[in-house]
Amino acid sequence: MLSYLLLALLVLTIAAYYAGLAKARSFAAATGPHKSHHSLAGYHGAFVAAWAGIPSFLLVVLWLLFQGPVVDQLLIASLPVERIQNLDAGQLNLLVSEIKSVAKGNIFGEPDEVVLAAAERYNSWNAIASWAMVASVLSLTVVALFVARSMLAPRFRARNHVESITTILMITCSLIAILTTVGIVTSLLYETMRFFSMVSPLEFFFGLNWEPQIAMRDDQVTAGGAFGAIPVYIGTLLIALIAMMVATPIGLYSAIYLTEYASDRLRAVVKPLLEILAGIPTVVYGFFAVLTVAPAMREFGELLGFSIAPNSALAAGGVMGIMLIPFISSLSDDALNAVPQSLRDGSYGLGATKGETITRVLLPAALPGIMGGILLAVSRAIGETMIVVMAAGIIAALTLNPFEPVTTVTVQIVTLLIGDTEFDNPKTLAAFALGLVLFIATLVLNVIALTIVRRYREQYD
Amino acid sequence: MTEIAAESMRATHDWSSQAARRRVKRRYAADRRLQFYGIAAIGTAMALLAILFTSLIHAGIAAFTTTKVELAIFLDPTQIDREKPAEANYRKLVRGAFKAYFPDVTGRSQERELYKILSNGADYIVRDYVVANTDKIGQTVKLLVPVSDPFDQLYKRIIPRQIDALSNDRIILFEALKQQGVLSVVDGSGVAKTTVYIDPSKVPLEGGLEAADYDAMVKEGLRSLFLNEYSRSYEEIISDAAAGNLKALVASDPSLVGKTIDVELPLAANYDNLLLAGQATMRNPRFSSDDEFAWFDSLEERGLIANPFTWELFFNADSRFPELAGLMGALSGSFLALLVCFLLSFPIGIATAVYLEEFAPKNRITDIIEVNINNLAAVPSVVFGLLGLALFLNTFGMPRSAPLVGGMVLALMTLPTIIVATRAALKAVPPSIREAALGVGASKQQVTMHHVLPLAMPGILTGTIIGLAQALGETAPLLLIGMNAFIPSVENIGLTQPAMALPTQIFSWADSPERGFVSRTSAAILVLLGFLILMNLIAVYLRSKLERKW
Repeated sequence: MLSYLLLALLVLTIAAYYAGLAKARSFAAATGPHKSHHSLAGYHGAFVAAWAGIPSFLLVVLWLLFQGPVVDQLLIASLPVERIQNLDAGQLNLLVSEIKSVAKGNIFGEPDEVVLAAAERYNSWNAIASWAMVASVLSLTVVALFVARSMLAPRFRARNHVESITTILMITCSLIAILTTVGIVTSLLYETMRFFSMVSPLEFFFGLNWEPQIAMRDDQVTAGGAFGAIPVYIGTLLIALIAMMVATPIGLYSAIYLTEYASDRLRAVVKPLLEILAGIPTVVYGFFAVLTVAPAMREFGELLGFSIAPNSALAAGGVMGIMLIPFISSLSDDALNAVPQSLRDGSYGLGATKGETITRVLLPAALPGIMGGILLAVSRAIGETMIVVMAAGIIAALTLNPFEPVTTVTVQIVTLLIGDTEFDNPKTLAAFALGLVLFIATLVLNVIALTIVRRYREQYD
Repeated sequence: MTEIAAESMRATHDWSSQAARRRVKRRYAADRRLQFYGIAAIGTAMALLAILFTSLIHAGIAAFTTTKVELAIFLDPTQIDREKPAEANYRKLVRGAFKAYFPDVTGRSQERELYKILSNGADYIVRDYVVANTDKIGQTVKLLVPVSDPFDQLYKRIIPRQIDALSNDRIILFEALKQQGVLSVVDGSGVAKTTVYIDPSKVPLEGGLEAADYDAMVKEGLRSLFLNEYSRSYEEIISDAAAGNLKALVASDPSLVGKTIDVELPLAANYDNLLLAGQATMRNPRFSSDDEFAWFDSLEERGLIANPFTWELFFNADSRFPELAGLMGALSGSFLALLVCFLLSFPIGIATAVYLEEFAPKNRITDIIEVNINNLAAVPSVVFGLLGLALFLNTFGMPRSAPLVGGMVLALMTLPTIIVATRAALKAVPPSIREAALGVGASKQQVTMHHVLPLAMPGILTGTIIGLAQALGETAPLLLIGMNAFIPSVENIGLTQPAMALPTQIFSWADSPERGFVSRTSAAILVLLGFLILMNLIAVYLRSKLERKW
């Protein structure tokens, strides 16, 4: 139904273009070309098409966004009071989804009469809403088409109108970036507030025990779940630290060699190869960690006589380090290249070797850029998800031992939310609180990194 | 004064002295060391890249072929209704045809083991063949049907027939006992020498020697071998017959009760083999009997086993059975999600970039927008997944697991890439173009739309393709909005239908316990990497062929 409506809208919009075009051409034929009309015929067409198409399309989008919630509210309001007065939010949601699934025709067992009647109402309301949408959208399109067409005249400034419509469209598009950020912040904040209404922030930020299971039965031992996220933060930092210990030396020394020592031919080969490492999806790295790195480490550990867990922090962090190598090397590369040639020449002029020039002159001069790069890589490391989901642990252990499994913020977000979307228990809401912490941490790291890079780059420009 | 000081310093510095030469040498050594570190770093990175690709190719290449067995099936017209060919009992037909190869297999349990060689999907493959070729009903057709996963793996030499029966720490324990001289061979079988105390307290008053707990006495004796390192699991080293032997010994000489005697306890079979033959192996537990090996070998000898290229990897839907699982659902889901992503992010990204680069006044709002875009590029992908879950699924009630929602989330993530690329491309168009267009009377928008944007298009397309390639590999946000649904058929493909994407398929296969999914996962990764390489090559081509240097 929707696709036909959109198709009809598209056809009408094209028709509107040609209607405008034809009318404008008729002026041109009447008055002679380039005489008295203001805009080219195409702009008249575009003007009519814009008025016919855009408002109707917006109406469709708004309708689709709000039809579901509105019908849901109507549905809940229509249920008999005695049926729902004793239900809490979760049970009410369950009832609504039962009604919906009955409405779709998936009847399991014997639903009671209230549900059957409600499902029938639900279906008929949805049908009414859909037809109302079609009718209102199409009539809006046709009315807009004729009104806009009737505005056309030889002196009508169609081009200016179209250009201002385009400008508005462009501004709207550039606001989407802001809307996305606002959306992220509000949804995270809203769910986090709900989480903190159930679990104390003190426990979340300073607690040492992370066991987010919720009770299946009331008498279960782990009934409440524990939400002290310190072990999760520690695990995240441990894995990020291991990753940086792999990536920083390899990335930095590669960048030094490539910018200062390597021949152009070598650079032309090695740089794209390093970029490949950056282009590999993280799920591939995760599988690589499980398939190759973790077993290899375990065997190596056995050889040395100590045990390394199959999902140790070392394997996950090490593979994450591989992923970050090109990140650090290209940012260090930029920083080293940004050091002016005069500093190098001055150092050589004093008789320094190439190595001394690099360690005593170039590195100190490029240090802010390199530090910025490292901070950006750290922010990548703590936000990285798939490698740790596949290769790190799920149990939050408070340990700094890299051979033990640890868990991270992103692992917890994914494990808490996979397959479970009831938003009324602290278990799922905890994922949003962790998400907020992650968002703020990466944001702060990025702002610091970009500030450092920008501030010190100015010195040489 | 300073002149004199400089003079005297110059005079005292002897560049050719031993010390100076050593210093110069040391300085150049430091330089070479730095170079060496650089080469070592690059070498490590390249080696890691090589290991990554070799291990994926090594594991994945096997999944591009499937081991199949040729069946000669008589499509019995009494069993298959020409009107309703889909409803016949194909399991019976397939099994009958397979059974015909082994006339000497009898009995239900043996037959059941025999049929384990065939894949569970064989019935459906034959059914689909018959439905497509109804004219073949009544004839005998030769069809290749896949064998089940363990035999597929066996034929490809990925899993062995025999595996080590004992774990590493058991072998270490065994070696330690051997060192102590506890183990020896008596009458062609391995025994462990130990002392056993025939404990009178373990001989009950009722029943006497017959009912005594010899098992506990043996275990006590064993304990003396290991002292404080003892663990219950070590008891498996001694054969179950040990207690019986001890019983017989005590029965023959009741005076032993209350004494500590030296005995030779027989070793359990695996340890016996280890002592006598130097290795202990057992049948791979994936196979239920040695007969299965014999049957499979005889099929192979008769030339009935083939290992052709498997198009099913691309055209089958997902399955719980690795030999049947294919990527069609994942490929279509990824395609739809990328399509939505492209349709949203391409126009919105270009519009944003054009506005910010060409039209926007420099004020606080545009500054905020720019900072925002830079920050969005750095937000972890899983946070976009949270946004999609909370906003699109929960607030707007959009369908879960749908490519439409996946594409919308990916579009938000791809936007910054496209915007940055578009702005760079717009910046690269020289101002002379704009000035010339303005000079002949074009409006500012006409300048941009008719001249600047077309010239910047190659750069924009390059950036868009790279952004889409990134989106193709994104996994975490798709997991959160549920785009890892198990879809065992490819009939319901649509923007709002539950779907799988290529990276989430990789994730869920990687999680599957069956051995065959390891190579399936690697193969899926190779397919994903293939698409990424293709997209990047297109981007490189566009950049080199179409982009103009001004």
